[in-house]
Amino acid sequence: MSDVILLLPFAALILINVLPRATRPAAWAIAAVVLAAQMAAVIVPPYWAFLDTIEKTVGFSLKLDRLTQLLVPTAGLAGLAAILVAQAGTATARTKLLFVNLLLIAIIGISGISMVQDLFTMYVFIEVTSVAAVILVVLRDGELSFEGAWKYLLLSAIASVLMLASLGMFLLTAGGVSFEEAASALSAGGAEAWVAAALFLSGLFLKSAMVPFHGWLADAYSEAPPAVSVFLAGIVTKASGVFALMRLAPAAFNGSGPGAMILLVVGAATAVVGAFLSLTQTDVKRMLAYSSISQMGYIVMALGGQPALALAAAAVHFFNHTVSKAQLFTNAAALERQLGTRDMDRMGGIGSRMPVTAGTSAVASLSVAGLPPLAGFWSKLLIVIALWRAGHVVFAVIAVLTSLVTLAYFLSLQRRVFFGTTPAEWSGIREAAIGYTLPALVLAAITVAVGLGFPFLLPILLGGGA
Amino acid sequence: MIVITIVLVVMVLAALWASLTTLLLRATIALALTSAMLAVVMYSLGATFAAVLELSVCAGLISVVFVSVISLTQRRPFKDYVTRRLSRMRRFWPLPLVLVAIGVALSFVHTPVHIVLPLPNGDGDVRTVMWTLRQMDLFGQILILLAGVFGVLVFFKKDTSDGK
Repeated sequence: MSDVILLLPFAALILINVLPRATRPAAWAIAAVVLAAQMAAVIVPPYWAFLDTIEKTVGFSLKLDRLTQLLVPTAGLAGLAAILVAQAGTATARTKLLFVNLLLIAIIGISGISMVQDLFTMYVFIEVTSVAAVILVVLRDGELSFEGAWKYLLLSAIASVLMLASLGMFLLTAGGVSFEEAASALSAGGAEAWVAAALFLSGLFLKSAMVPFHGWLADAYSEAPPAVSVFLAGIVTKASGVFALMRLAPAAFNGSGPGAMILLVVGAATAVVGAFLSLTQTDVKRMLAYSSISQMGYIVMALGGQPALALAAAAVHFFNHTVSKAQLFTNAAALERQLGTRDMDRMGGIGSRMPVTAGTSAVASLSVAGLPPLAGFWSKLLIVIALWRAGHVVFAVIAVLTSLVTLAYFLSLQRRVFFGTTPAEWSGIREAAIGYTLPALVLAAITVAVGLGFPFLLPILLGGGA
Repeated sequence: MIVITIVLVVMVLAALWASLTTLLLRATIALALTSAMLAVVMYSLGATFAAVLELSVCAGLISVVFVSVISLTQRRPFKDYVTRRLSRMRRFWPLPLVLVAIGVALSFVHTPVHIVLPLPNGDGDVRTVMWTLRQMDLFGQILILLAGVFGVLVFFKKDTSDGK
């Protein structure tokens, strides 16, 4: 099944470029169907005979596990939301086609990251995702988007150098770059293996915009086209940085030792710095970008918690944050489309003009802030428990206090944008098109449903590990 | 040993040239020279296939791709070029010094390395390695190339569609 999950979007990529020119406007629909099929295939694997034939013919060394079942559907949700926003908000057919092509390449990269079994192939698929993401940022003309993409490219290149150096060291010290070989070299305790692990971790910290490597992310997210922001913020940086950490950290550090402490310190610093930077923003997309940095800090911090809970907590927060952030960037895209600005100081009273955008935005904001009974509450609770049980009381307190700062900046966003008196210049504003409201509604419904149904989901999560 | 030392020095100088020049074409030539020197080092260390790949792909194919893309760009006015060159020199003049300092510092490190190089997987045939053992990586590289093609379309082709 794993090969098919990778080859499905690849087939779509070829198909939309070889079909007659007249059919190209339907490229988004083909991509949407493929993403839906990929999600279904991961959650409910079909056992058709011809799929086995493909597996035997191709024979990639991939493994479909519970983390794959987390990442591929999550990426699919963010991808579907981005496709709908692009359909509603992208001006030209050519840009739409380029967007779909690059999105599919990034999705293949993300799917690869979720199933690979060695560090070098993981590096290759992280690069696939990053290269596609950098080009997606430049889909919007203008110096600022070039600047955002340039910073992204530069830091990605530095991350690549660190990871390649690490791979070289693993080859020398562990005799190979498979996860098992790397883990056994680390458990043997050789200094070279730990230097190699530190280099790989540093590369992943850069890719996931951990403090102090966070500067590029706000520029890339805020200056990218709206649909690209939905996709980037929703899944791309999480998959190429944080998810890779989730895949590697439990095997490498097992919740203790200097590795776990690095995760805790870097995660806590990122959560706090991201939250305080969010407080000071006036651009709605920049605020959401810094909020994203903060929440990724939570996920990394969770990985340093009690081993039995750490991965489940990180996985649930990964899913919740992806859904909520993809939705908040969809809301931001709707606001930018209807108002022509992202400056929150110029907004006010938009809630009465755009009720769906306002309502769904409130749901996602409160969920990210960790208010019960929404999905974000449960994942933050799990993170705090995982930290507390591991004896990291200080980090558990930091997680709770940072959540209050998160609530503060999201309440500020809601008040400045949706509440109060509507300025005269926005009196004629109406709700955004269905391309914006439909994904926002679906994602908000998922946030509510996961929140309400979490007590039933928890035993499944803990029963098999995430 | 003398030949390898000369090759390494040329490689570092070429890499510096690639970083400091303000002309894309010269940077491409410098990068190709860096790769060619690296290929010589690889060959002398017995990594024949790696040397061949480095020479053909990094020094050859990638240079061709770079030159093709550069041909799509517009040349800057000479005055602009001179200004940028001076500004670049001012910004990056410490780079060679830093490089020399790192080299000198490393020469004082006498840590004995007791690492035994692992045997290559499989039968060591480059075809087995590329097409059987590392086929996932090849697939990933094809995707990066495809992303690059779309990148050229995004960066260099003006949008002439009617906005529908």
